[in-house]
Amino acid sequence: MGTATTNKHQAGQKPAKHIEQRLQAAVRFAGDSGDGMQLVGGQFTATSAVFGNDVATFPDYPAEIRAPIGTLAGVSGFQINFASRHIYTPGDRVDVLVAMNPAALKANIRDVVEGGIIIVNSDEFDAGNLQRAQYSTNPLETDELSRYQVYKVPITQQTLEAVKETGLGPRDAGRCKNFYALGLLYWLFDRPLDPTLSWVNGKFARVPAVANANKLALAAGYAFGETAEMFAVRYQIRPAELQPGTYRNLTGNQATAIGLVTAAQLAGKPLFYGSYPITPASEILHDLSSYKNFDVRVFQAEDEIAAMSAVVGAAYAGAIATTGTSGPGMALKQEALGLGVMTELPMVIVNVQRGGPSTGLPTKTEQADLWQAVFGRNGECPVPVLAAQSPADCFWSAIEAVRVAVKYMTPVILLSDGYIANGSEPWKVPDPERLPKIEVRHPTDPATFQPYARDENGARPWALPGTPGLEHRVGGLEKADITGDVCYVPENHHRMTELRAQKVANVLRDVPDQEVYGDPSGELLVVSWGGTFGAVRTAIEQAREAGRSVAHVHMRWLNPMPRNLGEILKRFRRVLVCELNMGQLQLLLRASFLVDALGLHKVQGRPFMVSDILNRIDELMGGHAS
Amino acid sequence: MSASSDKPELAAKDFKSDQQVKWCPGCGDHSVLVQVQKVLAALGARREQTVFVSGIGCSSRFPYYMATYGFHSIHGRAPAIATGVKCANPDLDVWVVTGDGDALSIGGNHILHTIRRNVGLKIILLNNRIYGLTKGQYSPTSEFGTRTKSSPTGSIDHPIHPVSIAIGSEITFVARTVDVDVQHVQYVLRRAAAHKGTAFIEVYQNCQVYNANAYGWATDRETKGDNVVYLEHGKPLIFGKNRDKGIRLNGDVPEIVALNQVSPDDLIIHDEKAADPSMAFRLARMLHPEFPEPLGVFRAIEKPVYEKLLMDQIDAERAKRGPGRLEKLFRSGSIWEVAETGAA
Repeated sequence: MGTATTNKHQAGQKPAKHIEQRLQAAVRFAGDSGDGMQLVGGQFTATSAVFGNDVATFPDYPAEIRAPIGTLAGVSGFQINFASRHIYTPGDRVDVLVAMNPAALKANIRDVVEGGIIIVNSDEFDAGNLQRAQYSTNPLETDELSRYQVYKVPITQQTLEAVKETGLGPRDAGRCKNFYALGLLYWLFDRPLDPTLSWVNGKFARVPAVANANKLALAAGYAFGETAEMFAVRYQIRPAELQPGTYRNLTGNQATAIGLVTAAQLAGKPLFYGSYPITPASEILHDLSSYKNFDVRVFQAEDEIAAMSAVVGAAYAGAIATTGTSGPGMALKQEALGLGVMTELPMVIVNVQRGGPSTGLPTKTEQADLWQAVFGRNGECPVPVLAAQSPADCFWSAIEAVRVAVKYMTPVILLSDGYIANGSEPWKVPDPERLPKIEVRHPTDPATFQPYARDENGARPWALPGTPGLEHRVGGLEKADITGDVCYVPENHHRMTELRAQKVANVLRDVPDQEVYGDPSGELLVVSWGGTFGAVRTAIEQAREAGRSVAHVHMRWLNPMPRNLGEILKRFRRVLVCELNMGQLQLLLRASFLVDALGLHKVQGRPFMVSDILNRIDELMGGHAS
Repeated sequence: MSASSDKPELAAKDFKSDQQVKWCPGCGDHSVLVQVQKVLAALGARREQTVFVSGIGCSSRFPYYMATYGFHSIHGRAPAIATGVKCANPDLDVWVVTGDGDALSIGGNHILHTIRRNVGLKIILLNNRIYGLTKGQYSPTSEFGTRTKSSPTGSIDHPIHPVSIAIGSEITFVARTVDVDVQHVQYVLRRAAAHKGTAFIEVYQNCQVYNANAYGWATDRETKGDNVVYLEHGKPLIFGKNRDKGIRLNGDVPEIVALNQVSPDDLIIHDEKAADPSMAFRLARMLHPEFPEPLGVFRAIEKPVYEKLLMDQIDAERAKRGPGRLEKLFRSGSIWEVAETGAA
C-alpha cells in the first residue's frame, strides 16, 4: 500500500521522524465494551472525513451490553478504512490495531496484516486480564507477535498522569484512556486534533472537568507519539478526490431514517413508523423519534406483529406508513404484510438483516432473508423487494421504496443488513429542491369510485377514510375485481391473483436496465446484491487490473428483476453469485433464467473480504490475480 | 364523535351497507349491529368519519354490514390496526368489533397495550364464550370443564374475564351489557361514544349453534332479576326480582344482604369515577352463580389520550424547532465541503 516515502525534517520537531505517504490505511480500535472504542472510532472517522479522505467504517460489538470486563465476549471493535482514493469497504485486514487489553488483542490479532502495527495498552496485561483472555503466557513476552510491529504503551498510567490536574477520581480519570489512544493515532496518521477538541467541548459542556480531562488525554497521546523514541515512522494519507459538494458521514441506519423522512416530505404526507426495538434496526426508530417536527409519528409497538398491523392501519388512513425490523421480527410481520398485499395499500418494510436462524447472531451481518422477503408469506403473495448497496445508498433506497409503494399501491420490502446499517461512508448531501416529488392521488368523486378498479400501473385507488361518499370495506378476504366486495368465485380468485402479480411485475417500469461493470460479455460474470457491493466491486476492479476477463452485475431490485438480466447472464461463460447466505439469489437466478450459476457463500456473521472473492475467482479461472 | 350540522341528518338505515347479513338467525350480533346503527344515527355521526375495524371470527364480519369505512383484518390484530388508523388520522371515529377468542386469545397482547395507551378507540367485545366461526372449540372465556369439540372430556383451561382484564390494563372506560337488553346496549354504546380514550364494552350473548344457553341466567325473565345488578353512578347496588337485595362490603369482600336487614347507606355506592380501580375490579370479580353479575359502566375516568399526546409532541417540536426543513436535516451533524480541486 505504501507508494512513496520521503524523509521530512521540520524545524522544531525534535525526533526527526520518517513520514511515509500512503494511499490507504485501515485502523481498528479494540477494547472492552466499556472502553469507549465506538466513540473514538467515530471521532477518528469524522476527523478523517473532514480532512478529506474517503472513509468506510465497520463497528463490531458484542450482543451483550456489558459482558464481564476483560473477557473475549466483551470485546468491542471499530474499524476505519481511510484513503486518498475512492474506497468501497472498511478493508479486509487492518494495518494498525489498537488493543486496550489482552482480550482485544486475542480477538483481533488474526485480522492484522503481516508486519502491521499493534499498539497495546501494556498496563492491562496483568495476570488477571491474561487469564480472562485465555492467554496462558503473556504474548508481549513471547515471540508470538514477532511478525508484527508491537508498541507497548502504558496507556492507563499515562492517562492518569495526564489528567491528574483535573482532580477527577481514578475511575473517571481512567475512562479517558480511549482519548489517549485516539491522540496517539492522530499523531501516527498526522491528523488534526481540532475537530475532536471542539466535539468534546460540545459533548461535555455541562461537565467541564470531564471535557478538560478528555482533551488533556488526547493531547498527551499525541505528544507521546511525538516525543517517545518509539515510533520510527508516521503516515500521511492525502485527501481523496471526491466529487465536489457538501458531505456528511452517515451510517446505513441514519441514512434509512433520513430517507424515509425525505420520502414523506416529497409526498407531502406525515410519516408513520411503527416498530418494535430489535438489533440491528433500532437506530432507525431512535433517529425517527427525534424528527417529530417533520410530522413523523413514531409508534413503539408492543410487538413486531402490532408494529406491522399499525403500519397497515396507518397506510389505510393515508400516512406514508413504514416499519423497520430484523430477521426474527420480519418472520412475525409476514401475516400482516400479507394483509397489506391483499388490501393493496402502500407501505415500506425495512429488514436490517442479521445472522439467523432464530435469534442467531443479533449483532452480526448476513444476507439470508432474501427468500423470506420474496417468498415469506402464505398464498401467492408477491411483494417488490430491493436492497441497498452501501450505507449512504440506504437514503436513496428508502425514497425509491416509498415511491414504488405509493405508485403501485403495494407493500415494498427494503433489505439492508447489519454491515451497512452500522457501517458508515461519506454521503454527498443532495439539494432537496432537486429531488422529484412523490405523486400521491386520492379519489374524491363517488360517481366514478370503485375500490378495486385499477389505473395504468395496475394500482387500485387510495381512498381515504374521511372522504364523503367513498365509504367502502377492505380486508383480508378475497375481493371481487373492481368492486372489492368479498368474493369466493373460483375464476375471480385466479384473476385477482394474476392482477396482483402483474402489478408487481409492472414495477419494472421503474426499474432501470441492469448495468454491467467491465466487459459486456466474456469468461466470468460475478453477481452480487445488497451490502456486499463494496467488497465485490473492489475485487472485480483488482482482478481486472490484473488482467482478468471478469465483469460485475450488482443487483438493486430483487423482485422484480431487471428485464435485461437474463440476457446478460447468458452472455458469459460462467456466472458466480457472491452472497452472505447459502445461495439464495443463486437459486432465484437458476430458477428464473435456467442459468448454471455458481455460488460463493459465507455465513460467518462477517462481511466478505475482498480476498474471499479474489480467491474464488482464482479458483474458477486458474492462476493468481490476487 | 364528529358531528356536522350542515349535512343532512342520517337515520339508522343510512348506516346499513348493501351487503346481506350472514350471521346465524337469532345470533346476538344482529341486535348489536342494529343498536350500533341506531346510536350512530342518534348521535349525528358521519359515515365518512367513522371506521369499523375487526379481526377474525363471527363478530368480525361486522364492518361489512356498516355503510361506513370498514376494515376486516386478521385474527387478533384489530386493536393494532385501529391504532395505526388513529395515529394517521386522529379525527376519525374508530370502532373495533371483536370476540372473546379474537380479543383475548390471539389478540390478548394487543388488547392489553391498546388499553394501557388509552388510544381513542371504542372496542366492542361480543363474548359468547365459544369459538363459533371455527365451529365450536372452547375459548379463553369458556368456563372450566366446558365440553366442546376440542374438549370432549371438559376444558382444563381456566377462563379469564374481559372486564377484569380491561381494569388490570388500566382501562379508562369499561362497561358490560347483554345483547337482548337493547335499551341498555344503546345506553352503554352512547356512553362509550362520548368517552375520550379507550372505551371497552363487553356484550354477553349466546351462540345459538355452539353455546346456546351461555347466559340464560342473565336473560331469562324469571331469573335475571336475581342474577344481574345494574350499576348506576352514585347509587347503591340493589338487585333482585323484587329489588329486595343489595351488595355491601364485609371487610374487603362483597356480600349479598337483604335490604330489610340493612340501611341503604351500608351498601356499596357505585362510583364509576373513582381514581382507584380496586372497587371496579372487585365488582368485576362478582361472578354467577355466587353473585349477581354487574351490568353497566364499571369505570369512566379521564386520562390523556394517546393520539392527542402523539400530536401534541409533534406540535411542541414544531413550535420549538420550526417545521422540518430537509435542507437543515441533511446538513445537521458534522459536514464538510469538497471544493472543485479536491478537498477543502
